[in-house]
Amino acid sequence: MDSALIPKGVKRCPLPQFGAALMIVSAVLLWGVFAMLLVWFKGLNQTNMNNAYGFALWIWADLGVIALGGGAFFTGFLKYIVGKDELKNIINFAVLIGFICYSSALLILAIDIGQPLRGWFIFWHANVHSMLTEVAFCLSCYFGVLCIEYLPLVLENRQIDKVPFFHNLSHNMHEVMAVFAATGAFLSFFHQGSLGGVAGVMFGRPFGFREHILIWPYSFFLFTWSAAACGPCFTIFATKLTEKIAGKKLVKDNVIELLAKISGWMLFTYIIAKIIDTIYWANVTAPAMGFTLMDFYISSPGSFYGIWILILEVGVCGLVPALILITDKGRKTPALLWTAIILASIGVLLNRWVMVLQVLAVPVLTFETWNMYFPSWQEIATTILPIAYGIILVMISYRYMPIFPQEAELNPIEEPETAVTQDTEAGEEAKQAQEAELAPAKG
Amino acid sequence: MFPFSFEWVWDTVHVVFHGGLWYAMSIMGMGMTFCIIKAAVDTYQGKGGHH
Repeated sequence: MDSALIPKGVKRCPLPQFGAALMIVSAVLLWGVFAMLLVWFKGLNQTNMNNAYGFALWIWADLGVIALGGGAFFTGFLKYIVGKDELKNIINFAVLIGFICYSSALLILAIDIGQPLRGWFIFWHANVHSMLTEVAFCLSCYFGVLCIEYLPLVLENRQIDKVPFFHNLSHNMHEVMAVFAATGAFLSFFHQGSLGGVAGVMFGRPFGFREHILIWPYSFFLFTWSAAACGPCFTIFATKLTEKIAGKKLVKDNVIELLAKISGWMLFTYIIAKIIDTIYWANVTAPAMGFTLMDFYISSPGSFYGIWILILEVGVCGLVPALILITDKGRKTPALLWTAIILASIGVLLNRWVMVLQVLAVPVLTFETWNMYFPSWQEIATTILPIAYGIILVMISYRYMPIFPQEAELNPIEEPETAVTQDTEAGEEAKQAQEAELAPAKG
Repeated sequence: MFPFSFEWVWDTVHVVFHGGLWYAMSIMGMGMTFCIIKAAVDTYQGKGGHH
């Protein structure tokens, strides 16, 4: 029914099957929308945020999706600025993932600010001494860049591309894409970093506070570094998951391996820097503020914020995937590659959790106790909402846009022999009939 | 915020913060304007009508 919209040379599932899958995910989306409307109409009393937790699940989700969406800027940087041309075969999907992640981040922020009608205040009445202002500026601008990067994909839809103006527009946008990619890399560097900088400058929260280089705390650089390392891992994960669901190969192994290798070295160097930062923080920064390392962790076994969380983040979800990805065998073995990209994605999410929520949980004053928080169902539903929205956008984009340039080559459609024969016979008959019609005229 | 807004102060942070914002927005705006105008001119000249 919708075959005219599907890209040439590729096969998609029947429309009813696609529609059914879409409806299942849409049900989850509607649940999230319902919770979102509750928050907008009734206010932030729908959440379990309190005086201790001004930042909660939403801000973690925000930082998490921004880090996972880092694959878009870093892959774009590698393709357009560094010149890794092989990555052209995955850049479309990286842009799509980035677009989903950043639009989700903006949606979550629109819910979190409680009064979205005043969202523009941050641009017009900007507090120029706040790192979050820089985040808001760069995040919004970078979302604009992602829209510009995503637009040519939409314009390349089979039917839209038939309109000469849209065809020319898409072509022209591809021509100047390097300029947009460079702008995106610049904006991403600063907003990824400033998100880390927010925790790093809070001297009243010794768990997050870090030493500085000029005005930038170490966490500024670590956040950018981790996003550039783990973002591409999530792009690979999403690609592999799409391949599994579609039941076919969509990107050649050499492309995945190149991105995995670069990502692996980024992750390896990041984790070394993170270990050095942690040692310095535990031995110099925190003691200077009157704390020992174990003051930041609950010592009783099975505690939510035990020292295990640091070991899990840095060791299991940092060092292990890095070591897998930097080895040729690790990248080429599917099970190991899957393990590495999943661990790296969990690792960066865990890092953001620690830097947002553990910072607020740790008691600072002597009479304080650990602040614990569990999100309300409205917070959980609105956090799941972007996942459902992302799945829907991937489904629609994959079905109607040329997201994977190598798909047709990797999955050639074989015409059934009988159909070809029938077509040929029908063609011959039509030709003979046409000749017979023309014969009297010739005569 | 623009320099003609009453909140504006001519200091380094305002210039750096807002300068960066306008710079990024200008690149995007000019880039898209260029693409749209060139697409319109190309279409007028009959390019891209291969379908």
